[in-house]
Amino acid sequence: MTLTSFIAWIAAAITFGTIIMYGSVGEILTEKAGNLNLGVPGIMYLGAIASLAGAFFYENGNPDAVPWISALIAIVCALIASFLGGLLYSFLTVTLRANQNVTGLTLTIFGSGVANFFGGSLVKLSGGVGQISVSAASSAVRSTIPFLSTALGRVSEILFSYGFMAYLAIIIAVCAHYFLNRTHVGLNLRAVGENPATADAAGINVTKYKYTATCIGAMIEGLGGMYYVMDYVKGTWDTGGGLEALGWLAVALVIFTSWKPRNAIWGAYLFGFCYWVYLYIPSSIFAKLASMLGATNTTYMQNLYQMIPYLVTIIVLILVSKRKRRENQNPASLGVSYFREER
Amino acid sequence: MNERTAVRMENITKRFGPVVANSKVSMNIHYGEILSILGENGSGKTTLMNMLAGIYYPDEGDIYVNGEAVTIASPHDAYELGIGMIHQHYKLVDVFTAAENIILGLKGESGTYNLSEVNKKVKEICDRYGFEIDPAQKVYEMSVSQKQTLEIVKVLYRGANILILDEPTAVLTPQETSKLFSILRAMRADGKAVVLITHKLNEVLELSDRVTILRKGEYIETIPTPVANEQILTEAMVGEKVTLDIDRPLPENPVKRLSVRHLTVFSDENIKALDDISFDAYGGEILGIAGISGCGQKELLEAIAGLQKIEEGGSIEYYSKDGQTRQLVGVSPREIRNLGVHLSFVPEDRLGMGLVASMGMVENMMLKDYDKGRSPFLDRTQSIKLADEVKAELDIATPSIETPVRKLSGGNVQKVLVGREIAAEPAILMSAYAVRGLDISKSYTIYNLMTEQKKKGVAVIYVGEDLDVLLALADRILVLCNGHENGILDARTAKKEEIGIRMTNLQKEAEA
Repeated sequence: MTLTSFIAWIAAAITFGTIIMYGSVGEILTEKAGNLNLGVPGIMYLGAIASLAGAFFYENGNPDAVPWISALIAIVCALIASFLGGLLYSFLTVTLRANQNVTGLTLTIFGSGVANFFGGSLVKLSGGVGQISVSAASSAVRSTIPFLSTALGRVSEILFSYGFMAYLAIIIAVCAHYFLNRTHVGLNLRAVGENPATADAAGINVTKYKYTATCIGAMIEGLGGMYYVMDYVKGTWDTGGGLEALGWLAVALVIFTSWKPRNAIWGAYLFGFCYWVYLYIPSSIFAKLASMLGATNTTYMQNLYQMIPYLVTIIVLILVSKRKRRENQNPASLGVSYFREER
Repeated sequence: MNERTAVRMENITKRFGPVVANSKVSMNIHYGEILSILGENGSGKTTLMNMLAGIYYPDEGDIYVNGEAVTIASPHDAYELGIGMIHQHYKLVDVFTAAENIILGLKGESGTYNLSEVNKKVKEICDRYGFEIDPAQKVYEMSVSQKQTLEIVKVLYRGANILILDEPTAVLTPQETSKLFSILRAMRADGKAVVLITHKLNEVLELSDRVTILRKGEYIETIPTPVANEQILTEAMVGEKVTLDIDRPLPENPVKRLSVRHLTVFSDENIKALDDISFDAYGGEILGIAGISGCGQKELLEAIAGLQKIEEGGSIEYYSKDGQTRQLVGVSPREIRNLGVHLSFVPEDRLGMGLVASMGMVENMMLKDYDKGRSPFLDRTQSIKLADEVKAELDIATPSIETPVRKLSGGNVQKVLVGREIAAEPAILMSAYAVRGLDISKSYTIYNLMTEQKKKGVAVIYVGEDLDVLLALADRILVLCNGHENGILDARTAKKEEIGIRMTNLQKEAEA
């Protein structure tokens, strides 16, 4: 394998990883409040379609569209849509105490349905498949840091060849880590997810914390959807369900990180790295493996390779459960609704 | 004594749906005194105090703190008023350190917290009242008594002047209890108001200045402790005369039923839960098992019932009524049960093991006999008969034998659990925590059940929490200390203090 293709592999991994990093950092915050939101794919879909629609209506028929304004509109739309998704989930699970798993899965179905419906409409509005394009917003999102992105040669290619959203993801993850481990509010939030009755008795407003964490978490997830549309598929609409697969990877990543945003940074990139193995692995090895497994069609092999992140998650799960460190387990009250006067 | 009134509650009423937990209760709490709130289970003591702590909100009535009418809508409000409650089930986050638990819910001056400052303040409190606590220790590594200490420190850290302790001694050894009492006295001397929720009469008499008695959610009276005695308190609490003696006949021609040798069991965490335990159990006697909770009691009973993996070298021999000897190690739990070895284990949540909460008595009876049916369809007639029998025999209060057992009161649930095992006419009856959470009169029903079984020649193995009861009920007492056998004592001559010491300190030489 050449160095160039190796660098390309890293770059692909980072772009890919950024999407699921948003998803999983958002989900970590949500789960730390004891809410197991399986609606991550749906919320990312909501963020994706809202950002695309926002940018589309601004840019469509507007030759003077300013890229950064378009990008800003996309971000705001994504935040609002995913916030509403989180609010819906919180209302159902916290206020009405609906089953969290069912609610989350429903939200995923709802989100992908809504997004693909309007995605199809946008494609139609813009004149057919492949015609939709929000080039201004997409270019703003993909524009790299001037100077740094070229000045350092290979280092620049690896570290500085991405749009600002890639760095924002890292900043959010670091902030989330600091927030959870160093601040009063973060400590309280963790307590809510571990033992809401205790948090309640300590004077913490459990309902408020659950709502806030879930909604903010959803907004971060929504940014992942926006980044997917604007950078990963470059301002078009992908009807192939690719985002849903990424959303589930984000959920898997939460477990992989053992609920620590810090680990989500490298974990996301590792997942990206694994995901793209099939493209960058030397073709001789690829062919040998394929013949060993009797796979005649290369897409079968691709699918096999794309399982690797899930496989890694399972292995990590096994290792973590073997070690049984309490700190690495899920929040103790994850998935359980809280009702103070329950006897 | 300082007679300043800390809290005045007037005409407090609280309902849970159709159930009235407290009805027009009025009472006072003073600074510089220890007040006991005495009542049977379900008499509304905890509910009443939960309203002071902001967990529940009263439906009717007024609360005055330091003379002013207040509204306590949340635990946060309670803290603001200087009221802190130590709940029976500790409100601690297991994966947090002691210090993190202490500052939980507090609003620091800045958004972030400084653990070294917290540690300093914690140390101040500890020095003042004589606590020992390591702020960096994780809660899941703590013993029950350490957790309780942490709860008290937590409340004091928040500046509470009115402390409410809900059944604080339920899980402590006698030594830990007396340590707790001296701490509570230190707090009283410091001018704090201490409220003790309890149903143990000896504690009330030993520690408190006044006793407020509740019965069925209603206020009965408040007695200054010096003029109270056990009989007066019990009668006020139960509302009728109760005999507090447990009938303990001498074992009649005991026959060896069970012989346990070198029993070693590892727990799920791969720690030795039981280490080389050997003892015999005889028909016609009650073998009590004493120990701090979690010291291997559960594993011991489960090992005999065939639910635990037993390490190489251990042996459990069972001598059946027809004179045969059977090795129980390696035999399936069902077969052991069919041999007549029965286990009724009452876990902390009472329903977790043995009964299915949403099923009625009939289905729960069926649970242990499901394999006896001959057709693929359920045969309910036998189980209905059994349920009716158990209900009548043990006087179980339930609207119908089909009512889900979770709707029954704690005492009745436990009767169902024990009754089902007794109905099968066991040769060995093992029972753990059978009176957990039951009030006095119901507890005595269970004790009498055990004694009746003993009279019938059953070998009863009884794991208990209350040492006084164990000493009055059992014939011999096996003391467990951290999974080790720490002596088998004659319950008729043994002293409570001695058992307490043996529960915490391993004494190798005392074996003889």
